[in-house]
Amino acid sequence: MNIDPRLGITGHVLTRAKQQNRSALIGFLPVGYPTVSGSLDAMKALVEGEGIGVDIVEIGMPYSDPMMDGLAIQHATTRALQRGVRIADVFTAVETVAAAGAVPMVMIYWNLVERHGVEAFARDLANAGGAGLITPDLIPEEAEQWVGVSDVHGLDRVFLIAPSSTDERIAMTMAACRGWVYATSVMGVTGARATTSAAAPVIVERARAIDPSIPVGVGLGVSDGDQAAEVGSFADAVIVGSALVKCLIEAERRGSNDMGGLRRLVSDLAAGVRRTN
Amino acid sequence: MTHTMPDSRGHFEQFGGIFVPEALQAAIHELAEVFEAAIHDEVFLAELRDLQLHYAGRPSLLTFAERFSEHCGRARILLKREDLNHTGSHKINNVLGQALLTKRMGKTRIIAETGAGQHGVATATVAALMGLECRVYMGRMDTERQALNVARMQLLGAEVVAVEAGSATLKDAMNEAMRDWVTNVADTHYMIGTASGPHPFPKMVREFQRVLSTETRAQCLEQYGRLPDAVCACVGGGSNAIGMFADFIDSPEVALHGFEAAGDGLQTGRHAASITGGSQGVLHGTRTFILQDDDGQTVESHSISAGLDYPGVGPEHALLAVKGRAIYEPVTDAEAMDAFKLLCRTEGIMPAIESAHALAGARRLALRLAATSPQLSPLLVVCLSGRGDKDVDTAMKWFGIDGVADATTGAFA
Repeated sequence: MNIDPRLGITGHVLTRAKQQNRSALIGFLPVGYPTVSGSLDAMKALVEGEGIGVDIVEIGMPYSDPMMDGLAIQHATTRALQRGVRIADVFTAVETVAAAGAVPMVMIYWNLVERHGVEAFARDLANAGGAGLITPDLIPEEAEQWVGVSDVHGLDRVFLIAPSSTDERIAMTMAACRGWVYATSVMGVTGARATTSAAAPVIVERARAIDPSIPVGVGLGVSDGDQAAEVGSFADAVIVGSALVKCLIEAERRGSNDMGGLRRLVSDLAAGVRRTN
Repeated sequence: MTHTMPDSRGHFEQFGGIFVPEALQAAIHELAEVFEAAIHDEVFLAELRDLQLHYAGRPSLLTFAERFSEHCGRARILLKREDLNHTGSHKINNVLGQALLTKRMGKTRIIAETGAGQHGVATATVAALMGLECRVYMGRMDTERQALNVARMQLLGAEVVAVEAGSATLKDAMNEAMRDWVTNVADTHYMIGTASGPHPFPKMVREFQRVLSTETRAQCLEQYGRLPDAVCACVGGGSNAIGMFADFIDSPEVALHGFEAAGDGLQTGRHAASITGGSQGVLHGTRTFILQDDDGQTVESHSISAGLDYPGVGPEHALLAVKGRAIYEPVTDAEAMDAFKLLCRTEGIMPAIESAHALAGARRLALRLAATSPQLSPLLVVCLSGRGDKDVDTAMKWFGIDGVADATTGAFA
């Protein structure tokens, strides 16, 4: 058993999946869409699927200026903000996911953490049962305070790498991570794509060669079980976001709060990562 | 301070930095390297000077506003005439520099955000000049307030994209431009127009706008035999102000005054005064003063001037403010429009409404000095950052002018 402290909480989830000859499935949903309580139901559906669900829920905190988000996620988070989602709701979502039996992480733009206070945010996240943060607009060079505070509270910190990252930056970024590293597989913002990127296996290979002790999750572009299987064949975790959010948007457009579509997609994705070899 | 700030990672002490996704780091490092090499390269500097001289129309004049000064206590008001530049504002200074850098990087496409449209027009202009593909992002609200500038950009060959997201204003246009840049970074340069954003933009924009203070300093010494007592500029993101301050920062005898858009007034909450009415935070890649709510969500700004209608400010201004080296004060829509009219009527110069904020602030400063130090005859320079042609519609609404002739003659009644 690997008890590398750099695996933190979430890295162990990924290595356990690996021991089952599969990659882990990480599902993203924003808190507050379609409503706060509706988003909590959706996160439970994400954990349960139709029998099998995600390993880790990436809970997104809506932000007024989401630089990395594509149209589907923007659509949802803009409405969540209009409908009054607050920072406190993210901690409720963390508790909900933990109670449902998955590992909760929070994806959050940095100003929201700073405004809450980095120390206070870490304390509240840890108290709610959160495993750590994914910080899309925080690079390790600007993260000195977060690194210290996350050490104190035993939280994971997931930074991003990209196809354009130099080897030096990949090494530096992975050295700053605890848990796993988030590889963005295409140059661009979030959004489901018909084909996943040819750059994805390359960035994963590069990351593994540079720092084999930190698992690699791949995000941006996966929308069904077949793509999940494809990405799962080379990545330690498959991250799905926009495709899940679209299920909620479609349900809202039908005037329904039925989670059936979401559960079906989750199980398709979960079966996909189990088809990997 | 100017010469040592920012550090190599773009920090102005606690402000500045690089808060953007990893996918942009490579482009940002490339840009910083090319920029640092270029500003020490005589060939680059000569090319830029040639464009400033023969294309933009530099140096811009320093005009004594004698009749306007009569309304300003004992002060003499000098206007730095950026309104006379090609495209009608200071924005051309920055885009010429960044367009040359774009070519040095071998990129063929530029994107930009714009609020009032002045930076968009300037960007479309240099794109045409240098044969670069150009797309400008503009909040949908702004495309409606500034339809004339949308047409100007289109006539210059740029594609204008209206941004519906968020509040559909300048900040959302910046988000959209960032997303485009993340996606197309291999062939695209993002030409940020203001002295904010991630490093190296605040430094780069300052250096390309520094020509404002370099010229002003020399013109003042030549025409008046001394440095001005104070330099005044409007501050939205702060590009004209940082250029106007840059060469004076190390001259403590020159007071630096920035005037922020107070909209309906700071107490109403409907304003764009990030320094005087905001708090420290991270927005658009930099740590600075921003308008935000208790959760850290950006609050929509309000100003009659689209060019100042931005909920953040360049990080160097944030530092100058906390150090007390520059003084920032709010100016309301009403004060700015009074100054707009006063300059029209006393000098025959129609300022951009952005610049009218600096005029109103300078007048307030001059009247305050006349009251507190009546023995002084201060020399104040105001940066007239742009001309007001683009603001005629706004001014007509504000003053209730309908564009109908005052009287009719020549017909037999």
